[in-house]
Amino acid sequence: MTSATGVPSASMTWRGSPWLSFAGRRALRFVISLWVLATAAFLMIHLIPGDPVRAALGLTAPPDLVAARREAMGLNDPLPVQYWHYLRDVVTGNLGNSTLSGLPVSEVIGDRLPATLELALTTFLVVLVVAVPLGALMAVLTRGGRRRGGELAFTSTSVILAAIPEFLLAVGLMGLFAVQLEWFPVAGRDDPGSLVLPVVALAAGPAAVLARIVRTELLSVLDKDFVRTARAKRLPPRLVYLRHALPNALTATLTLGGLLLSALVAGTVLVENVFAWPGLGSTITSSILQKDYPVVQGIVLIYGTGVLLVNLVVDVLLALLDPRSTIREA
Amino acid sequence: MRGFGARWPAVVRTPVGVVSAVLLFLLLLLAVFGPVVWGGAADAIDTNALQQGPSGAHPFGTDALGRDILARVLVATRLTLGLALLATLIGVTIGTVLGAAPSVLPRWAGRLVTSAVHVAVAFPGLLLALFFAVIFGVGTTGAVLALGFSMAPNFARLTQTLAASVAGREYVAAARVSGVGRARILFRHVLPNIAEPLVVNATIGAGGALLAFAGLSFLGIGVQAPSFDWGRLLGEGLDRIYLSPASALAPGVAVVVAGLAFNLFGESAAAALGHRARFARRPESAPVPEEAAAGPAGDAVLVVENLHVAFPGQAGWTTPVRGVSFTVHSGELVGVVGESGSGKSLTALAVSRLIEAPGSVTADRLEFTGTPLLSTSERELRALLGTSLSMVFQDPMTSFNPTRRIGGQLAELSRQHQGLSRRAALARAVDRLRAVRITEPERRARQYPHEFSGGMRQRAMIGMGLMGDPRLVIADEPTTALDVTVQRRVLRLLARIRAERSAAILLISHDITVVSQTCERVLVMYAGRVVEELSTVELFGAARHPYTRALLAAVPDMDTDRDAPLAVIPGRPPEPGELSGGCAFAPRCAFATERCRDEDPVLAPVSAGHRVACWHPAAAGGTELETATAGGNE
Repeated sequence: MTSATGVPSASMTWRGSPWLSFAGRRALRFVISLWVLATAAFLMIHLIPGDPVRAALGLTAPPDLVAARREAMGLNDPLPVQYWHYLRDVVTGNLGNSTLSGLPVSEVIGDRLPATLELALTTFLVVLVVAVPLGALMAVLTRGGRRRGGELAFTSTSVILAAIPEFLLAVGLMGLFAVQLEWFPVAGRDDPGSLVLPVVALAAGPAAVLARIVRTELLSVLDKDFVRTARAKRLPPRLVYLRHALPNALTATLTLGGLLLSALVAGTVLVENVFAWPGLGSTITSSILQKDYPVVQGIVLIYGTGVLLVNLVVDVLLALLDPRSTIREA
Repeated sequence: MRGFGARWPAVVRTPVGVVSAVLLFLLLLLAVFGPVVWGGAADAIDTNALQQGPSGAHPFGTDALGRDILARVLVATRLTLGLALLATLIGVTIGTVLGAAPSVLPRWAGRLVTSAVHVAVAFPGLLLALFFAVIFGVGTTGAVLALGFSMAPNFARLTQTLAASVAGREYVAAARVSGVGRARILFRHVLPNIAEPLVVNATIGAGGALLAFAGLSFLGIGVQAPSFDWGRLLGEGLDRIYLSPASALAPGVAVVVAGLAFNLFGESAAAALGHRARFARRPESAPVPEEAAAGPAGDAVLVVENLHVAFPGQAGWTTPVRGVSFTVHSGELVGVVGESGSGKSLTALAVSRLIEAPGSVTADRLEFTGTPLLSTSERELRALLGTSLSMVFQDPMTSFNPTRRIGGQLAELSRQHQGLSRRAALARAVDRLRAVRITEPERRARQYPHEFSGGMRQRAMIGMGLMGDPRLVIADEPTTALDVTVQRRVLRLLARIRAERSAAILLISHDITVVSQTCERVLVMYAGRVVEELSTVELFGAARHPYTRALLAAVPDMDTDRDAPLAVIPGRPPEPGELSGGCAFAPRCAFATERCRDEDPVLAPVSAGHRVACWHPAAAGGTELETATAGGNE
């Protein structure tokens, strides 16, 4: 980027480059957040009232088994030592072993993560591809108070869609399209068609919200002076909208898109359970119910890292897309 | 401070507010009386009716033990609502405490709380709920606590934001200055004033809590058998979805309806208490054009006859431009003056066809270089207007697209209308930037608007107007946002463009001094009309309209007594809706008579090139102002 020239030097604190300074600050924030997350995951097990091993193995488990398991998990060490070991293990990718199956947690996660990623990323793509053009189209069609009826229909549909939780929609879609019409498989991840219903269930609400935001943002951008300038240049409406208006509405879209993507992480938990999708969501639920704490801990860590990564990517994208960002972020 | 609660009745004045309020009331009734009425039916095991589909006796079928699904859904209302409200209460309480804590804690502790909240809100609520569910354990109590804790960060941030907005108000500042303690300020001044938005958001939050709790119960983490809420019933219904889809339908519908009721009630409360803007309907008929005034043609670049601009408003159409007629000839420099709201900028936008729907533009004649602008399609006009009509807008800071480089913004005009290649168009842009005296134009062309100063941007904007071959430059307050020395450079640049390219210039300004120094002819506008048109030479000395004279008298010059108050025109210009039949200036005019108040004067010639719309025009020369020639009054 050559845009750094001529910028006031107030923000150039770090080796003269605002971009390096920004990257450094943002990376530091990411690392600190990761540390907070790992600490929370560590504390989670220790905040459980009573003995987590006893809770996991049940009241009837022989005391020597409980003691052995506690020893194996290092629960008899002093807390700071356990904490240090935990952080060290997490950094090296060792997330412990499942209490039930004895398998390494990292292996369980590696097994399940691709399914969840497939679901979440496909959904996000669908949300973007549907919501951005739809919101932009609605903004263009309803600007200046035109087509009140269309605006009302759009707004109320999106409000209702956004209000239906994804797991209810999932149950409804399954009942109609899988059980009654038999168009799509009811459960599992065996053929490409099995992706359709979970993705629709997950995408509908976020797409409705995002389309509404895109419309509102674009409407406010269309009132800006520079759009009038673009019109005064007599550019065809296509260029006025696509080149001058839409890019300036992307900041809010991207910010919200990031929030929606991290909310998707949580939404997959429920929808995976409805469709028996073999991802992290169905695993964490069964692990919570079976008190398999190391697995829960590991998956919480993965989900949390996913959310933090999304936030990081959004921040970096925002900074890259906005030429003024070099003078932003004091 | 507004009375808390006094404005709440407004919430139920909207249809959505009424419907959601009624729904909430019904749900409440159901929660109280449901278990009493249907409690028996919900628990009655009927081994003869196991897992039945919908029937007359069981509208939504029966479950694995033959219990009626509908009765179970109705009975579950109490537990579902109760748990959701309890979780919300926990969330709001913890959130408010966390949010308010930084304002009473020591600074370091406050910052710690703030950043903890900041990290926590980044995570989706359900993820937090799962996290806390592990700690508090599977089951009803654990789920309520988990949900409450997971809602807390959002309410904490909301409290912080609201408290920060209140903390800046005068009464809080006054309390702080008078030495009131921080805790006392928090409880006496801050919390009472943010209670209303907190309650509104808690209502919306309760809807979210209801849905989230249903999710937890659905996963098996929430309510455990033999208790049941809607989420648990939904989970049981999903297991039997092959046998009877209706068994999943009933609790699902209940969850959606209840969630919507809370959400919509909260949203309508937010809208009603926050006074969101609402639109009025558009009337059927457009305003009727008024009497036309004839104008000469010849080498006219722009001919405007009886131009009207109207906008739909809350109380019908308003017409801020009412019958404007004028002509601009080739190479002429014409000024338009008037107070803000006189319709001069709208006139400029209308003649350049930049008024958008729902605004409406009508005229008896509106021609640019002989092409009728109102009857020709926009597509056909594009190339003509794009290359021959340039616009310079008031605020150079906002008139460039902040996300694109200056050079590209200039070049796209030539690429679009003149068919130039990217490289050729960019070279032309650099050339035009040089023409408007921007130093290092090659480097500047690669910069973004925020790297330009205000004066440079305005010159770049003029340079943009030179990308084509302008016959007319419409400059709408081009110097208003600039300081005086920069103003002069921009005005000189406009004058130079006219001299070098014989382009006509229409200079719009509220500043009669700027216009008199730059232009040859002046149109004086008042309340959407041209009230006087005269040459700049005549302006000082021969102005006939009382309004023109008042404008001139309001300009201080070297002889103005510095100790005397600045001359002003008493009163204010009328709003477009306030006009009666008479002269719009009559209420502020010292010479107004009955006739002025009843009959609107038309713009009529008084001498060659001098028109005035007044029943009692002042005699030529009869002014106390010194006569000054154009450009000489500095």
